[in-house]
Amino acid sequence: MTPILAAENLGRILPGEVPVTLVQDITLSIGRGEFVAIMGPSGSGKSSLLYLLGLLDTPTSGRVLLDGRDTSGFGEDELAATRLEKLGFVFQFHFLLAEFTVLDNILLPMRRLGAQPDGEVRQRALRLLGQFGLGDQGHKRPHQLSGGQRQRAAIARALANDPPVVLADEPTGNLDSRASANVRQILHDLTRDLGKAVVTVTHDLNFARAADRRIAIVDGLIDPDWQA
Amino acid sequence: MSLQIAIALTHLTSRKRATLVSLVGIALGVAFFLAVSALMRGSEQDFIKRLVDNSPHLTIYDEYRAAQPQPAPLHWPNGAVELPRVKPLREVRGIRGHAQRLAFIESLPGLRAAPVLSGAVVLTFAGRSEGVTLSGIIPAKTKGVSTLEEKMMQGSLDALAANPNGLLMGEGLLKKFGLSMGGVVIATTPDSAPRALKVVGVFRTGNASYDETQTFTLLKRAQGLLDRPDRVNRFLIQFDDPYAARATASLIEARIGYKAVSWLEASEDLMSVLLVRNLIMYSVVSAILVVAAFGIYNTLSTIVMEKIHDIAILKSMGFHARDIWRIFLVEGVLLGLLGSLLGLGLGLGLMALLGQVEIKPPGATEIIHLPIYWGYDQYLLALGFALLSAVGAAVLPARKAARVQPVTILRGMG
Repeated sequence: MTPILAAENLGRILPGEVPVTLVQDITLSIGRGEFVAIMGPSGSGKSSLLYLLGLLDTPTSGRVLLDGRDTSGFGEDELAATRLEKLGFVFQFHFLLAEFTVLDNILLPMRRLGAQPDGEVRQRALRLLGQFGLGDQGHKRPHQLSGGQRQRAAIARALANDPPVVLADEPTGNLDSRASANVRQILHDLTRDLGKAVVTVTHDLNFARAADRRIAIVDGLIDPDWQA
Repeated sequence: MSLQIAIALTHLTSRKRATLVSLVGIALGVAFFLAVSALMRGSEQDFIKRLVDNSPHLTIYDEYRAAQPQPAPLHWPNGAVELPRVKPLREVRGIRGHAQRLAFIESLPGLRAAPVLSGAVVLTFAGRSEGVTLSGIIPAKTKGVSTLEEKMMQGSLDALAANPNGLLMGEGLLKKFGLSMGGVVIATTPDSAPRALKVVGVFRTGNASYDETQTFTLLKRAQGLLDRPDRVNRFLIQFDDPYAARATASLIEARIGYKAVSWLEASEDLMSVLLVRNLIMYSVVSAILVVAAFGIYNTLSTIVMEKIHDIAILKSMGFHARDIWRIFLVEGVLLGLLGSLLGLGLGLGLMALLGQVEIKPPGATEIIHLPIYWGYDQYLLALGFALLSAVGAAVLPARKAARVQPVTILRGMG
């Protein structure tokens, strides 16, 4: 079976007077339903790798394959369209839009895609909220929610268009241990119950233990021997 | 698109104060635009009305623009014809066959015409003589082309129509003679026997020299006094639309041959002055709107700076650059549209207020109101220009927002 997400000799160098190498020569592949943790010290390039895998950044060498398709020739519009349909993002800081209600935040990507009529889209958003224990929070603004609730809402938004891949950048970095465990469990369930591939950049050792596979990045390279 | 509008609205409501300030800026700009435009155009119309109404829109004279060609060269256009010492036939001066010509002119739509025969006469009363211009008119027709009826202080044009020896004179002349209504003067011309005329009406136009030198009697009486039977020397024509005068003038001149001069032709230099005046006025009031547009630019730039994380997250979610571009353009259009509508209301209020202002020009007896132009074209102009400025002001912030690279922002946050 083709991996849902794969990287081949991926490298990213920031141009400048002194060019900075963020990641280099990364080759990996992630299957459907796989829960992968990317670990590594601060500044090792793990977030940069996630941005490259998430088509937010363009590699200076190598390529990213999503569902078997080479994305290296994609223009900006095609990249955006792919992000909209195939990828969901969860960031350390929840990044919900402050002026919209929680429900509207989840509706945003669905309405942008516009694949389903408004009524159905709303039903799906409410279902997602209910699934993450936020059934009665939809009408609230993000700032009225607790940190854990916000992060769950962000996960619901990432899943809005039912993407096969969810990418998370330190999703528990800002949460207490109970909320962290909750979020970890939700991401874990996504892989088991919905067959999503979840790739998480994390410092959290509990996260690493829960993952199917751990990839360590040191100085922009995969380090097969690294132990946290 | 409705999604972009929803996001745009949220942005604007999230910065209420800045939004309000830029709205007020545009609203004031549009209001001043309208007030100044209404005053300037109003005074222009007033000016033209005075210019136009105190003289006919079109006057046809009993003369030709060029000398009439002789028949011989017309018959042999390529022949070697020479006519030495040509002396045209002596004829009574005036428009010949005026009844038919008047009938033709009156068959044209949107105008009223009246024939006039004017000549010099000497009026004598109690040993005092005054040389004046006597115009023979047909009162019923003259009413359609002149404001004389409105200027009558005593008597009327109808009184003249009822009296074949009636005479209308200006208040100034009446005072010079020391006459009053019903008084009788003797009219003398070199061409006929003196005749007694009775004052049946007195007018005052406000123009002193006109009031002292112009007199009116019936056309038939004037033809007799001036010994020009069945002649008139002018047609006065008034149009429903004064600006139709120019085109009709050339039509009439081509058809009947006599020289036809429209008021536009006679006051061409004034019209170009008015055009230049309007150009200057509109550039100045448009400049107000351009300045107001900087308020929109400022607000949108602030929103872009403030919402840069939101923009990054929208783009990472899969929003296209042109979605973001549209969001901010919509914000500009919304501000422009809303500001214009507010300005329209405010402007109409200002115009109504200005219309109430009463002024008394020095030397005038009547109190007059400031002339206000209410035409819809100025609203469209103000609206169009306000929208254009608003969209123009939105372009730069929108471009900046569309170019946000999400990864740059995310790195900064990580």
